[in-house]
Amino acid sequence: MKKHVEGAAIRLENCSKTYGSSARALEPVTLNIARGETVVLLGPSGCGKTTTLRMIAGLVAPDKGGRILFDDQDVTDQPIEKRNVGMVFQSYALFPNMTVAENVGYGLKIRGVPRADVKIRVNEMLAMAGLETFANRSIDQLSGGQRQRVALARAVAARPRVLLLDEPLTALDAALRERLRTDLDRLLRSLGITAIYVTHDQQEAMALGDRIVVMSNGSIAQIGRPNEIYFQPANRFVAEFVGAANIVEASLKDGFLELPGGRVQVGSEASSRREAIAMVRPEAISVVPPEQSSWIGRVESTSFLGDRVRISVGEAASTPIIIDAPNSLSVEIGDRVGLVIPPSSVRLLPA
Amino acid sequence: MSRTSFVGLCLLPLLITVGLFFVLPVFQLLIVGANSPSGLSAYSAIVTEPRYRQSLIATLVLSVATTLVTVAVATIAGLFLQRNVFPGRAILISILTLPLAFPGVVVGFMIIILGGRQGIVGDLSRAMTGQKVIFAYSIAGLFLGYLYFSIPRVILTIMASIEKLDPQLEEAARSLGAGTWAVHRDVVLPALVPAFIASGAICFATAMGAFGTAFTLAARIDVLAMVIYTEFTLNANIAMAASLSVGLGLITWIALALARSLAGSSVAAAG
Amino acid sequence: MPRKLSFTLQFSFTILVALFLILPAIMSMLAGITTNYARGVSSGLTASWIIEVWNLYADTIVRSLVLAFTTLVCTLLVGVPAAYALHTIGGRIARLIEEVITLPLAIPGLAIALALIITYGGSGSFRQSSAFILVGHVVFTMPFMVRSVMAVLGSIDVSTLEEGAASLGASRWQRFITVVVPNVRPGILAGSLMVVTLSLGEFNLTWMLHTPLTKTLPVGLADSYASMRLEIASAYTLVFFVMIVPLLVAMQIMGQKQSRSSKS
Repeated sequence: MKKHVEGAAIRLENCSKTYGSSARALEPVTLNIARGETVVLLGPSGCGKTTTLRMIAGLVAPDKGGRILFDDQDVTDQPIEKRNVGMVFQSYALFPNMTVAENVGYGLKIRGVPRADVKIRVNEMLAMAGLETFANRSIDQLSGGQRQRVALARAVAARPRVLLLDEPLTALDAALRERLRTDLDRLLRSLGITAIYVTHDQQEAMALGDRIVVMSNGSIAQIGRPNEIYFQPANRFVAEFVGAANIVEASLKDGFLELPGGRVQVGSEASSRREAIAMVRPEAISVVPPEQSSWIGRVESTSFLGDRVRISVGEAASTPIIIDAPNSLSVEIGDRVGLVIPPSSVRLLPA
Repeated sequence: MSRTSFVGLCLLPLLITVGLFFVLPVFQLLIVGANSPSGLSAYSAIVTEPRYRQSLIATLVLSVATTLVTVAVATIAGLFLQRNVFPGRAILISILTLPLAFPGVVVGFMIIILGGRQGIVGDLSRAMTGQKVIFAYSIAGLFLGYLYFSIPRVILTIMASIEKLDPQLEEAARSLGAGTWAVHRDVVLPALVPAFIASGAICFATAMGAFGTAFTLAARIDVLAMVIYTEFTLNANIAMAASLSVGLGLITWIALALARSLAGSSVAAAG
Repeated sequence: MPRKLSFTLQFSFTILVALFLILPAIMSMLAGITTNYARGVSSGLTASWIIEVWNLYADTIVRSLVLAFTTLVCTLLVGVPAAYALHTIGGRIARLIEEVITLPLAIPGLAIALALIITYGGSGSFRQSSAFILVGHVVFTMPFMVRSVMAVLGSIDVSTLEEGAASLGASRWQRFITVVVPNVRPGILAGSLMVVTLSLGEFNLTWMLHTPLTKTLPVGLADSYASMRLEIASAYTLVFFVMIVPLLVAMQIMGQKQSRSSKS
């Protein structure tokens, strides 16, 4: 399918940020974002993702030596109001003194667009957001989800070169968040605009991102497509932050991990190493009768989660192994079980 | 335009206005006060010269008394109004806070209406005892004038902080067996102490500097503000007036600064 | 103490305080429209005292209104941008400046007036004009405007709203006019009411700063209290009440609205 693409390509060159004389909030970052791409900056609070976003927005200036380019145009010294970006704030920052329509049309009005054209574009945006009947409402009459949609409509109304979203779903409750995430995904695809999305929620990141930039302690831990991040995490931080992960430390011999409960075969990739940190996703492990496996453990707890059963197995490794098994499985606490992992699902991480 | 220059531009008119018409004049006042024939001793005259010392003491006593009585009255009325719902409550609150911005001169006139030669109290007392009671021009009149002036402001502050009290604290005290009096002594009044300090300090500072009321009542006691006025207009002793003003300003400013460091909230006088 | 008795005692006390405050005001208003106050209302009601007040003191009433309005304009033009600036700067410097501009509330008006006279009393035409009083009123009322606006700025997240406007292309000036000012309207309104009320009633400063040709309403009031018969003084006070009470009521209503909205 040929995608309709809008917006600018974004390039950060060597952008770091130091506040005052204190430690660096952001280590030098270099990042390329293609036109029309949706990139998610993912990480825990304080990892530098919001600083990076605000740098692209023009709300934070990078330290000396950093450069920000929109389509090869250096915008480093431009303030936000000159950069033609669209931004959705965590609190939405809707203007309480204006109606929904006035909020959405504000960027156009500021740019001196004739009143009639503003009206047409505002109606178009409200239709897109499903808010036609709310045009003359005041902001405090809207629900959280409606506010989020107004904020989005306002941000894209003036056709910005890049859409910046700072945790736009965090202020909403869980059920609504999931529904709006689907809406947001569809919208971003249909707009085809370059979008940069900041979140601490890995599910949001997976669902929305063409690529995910995982950040930790002010630097980039990994950049990749969602499935790369999930299946091939670059390091222990990424493995643990994105999804659930079993991390085992063990000695490696002849392509096998030597564990208290037995031996587990790994892929051939790093068989030269002697000590290893390995990562296995809970859903990659199957539970079998003990005689059918060379890796044995004892069930310590089970919880039925509806779509699956989560089991914790002790004695298999130095720490309990978490397994997501089909909901048809029935095991009791204290049962001895065998565990089976396809070698390709064992990911060795750098020490 | 950069952020700094825009913000600076926003601030500039204020800096000019206040600098030219407040900071500079106050410095001039300090200088003039110190440049009197008696030099810096003009500042100490406020305590060494019997006439000024007596006036200072009278003003202090009057202001402290006003403060104590006002806070007590405002607390009783404020607690009552905030804790009881009855018809006419809103009107009562309006009446108690309405004179908030009556200037001192008008307050003085209110006291004349109340206790002057044709006053309400005089008429009543004559009807009842045959004696016409006139108190407007005595120290009692001045004191009542200061009360009239202060009660609305203090009631407003105290009612606001009663409203902010956590009712669960009182419920907790009651659940532990405390009676009405014990709850008030141990929970309610201690929680109101910051409001007492803040509103009391404002009350005190305002009473110290009050001029309009004393002026209207032409009271027989010389409060400090009247002495300053007399020195300036009748005796043309500008230096003495300046140094007395500085002394008065210093006292009120210290009272407010002290209250603020104790109560933590913003404390300022008015009127 | 039985509940009922305690209620009655407190109620009576509160009523007594209210009477102390309202009775003189009512009596004085009555006196202003009574033919002969010494003989009581039975002597008949009349508007002649008010007419006489107008003949004697019209200039002070008009001057006070003009002065209050001009003071308001000055505090708006100077105070609102300054409140925004102080809020934006924040920290020590802003607190220091706020402290200095609030000093006129801590220092008695008499002292400020004296300071102004000592500094500018020599320049004849300025000293002789109403502008001399205006300056005093502006200095005295400025902190009310600045703090009232700053209070609202502190309660809304104005910096995020500004960032929102900036992201949509608004310059600093446009942000200030289209986003900051409309959203601090409650503070501006409350501050304005306070400024006008205080300016109309200001006496401590004005008594020292005025000249025989620049008398204001409160100065005139003090004059009439000293030298006119009670009925004229009362009628004059009545005129003052008519001007100032609506402002006070408006302030009360605003205060109630604010405390309601802050509770919800």
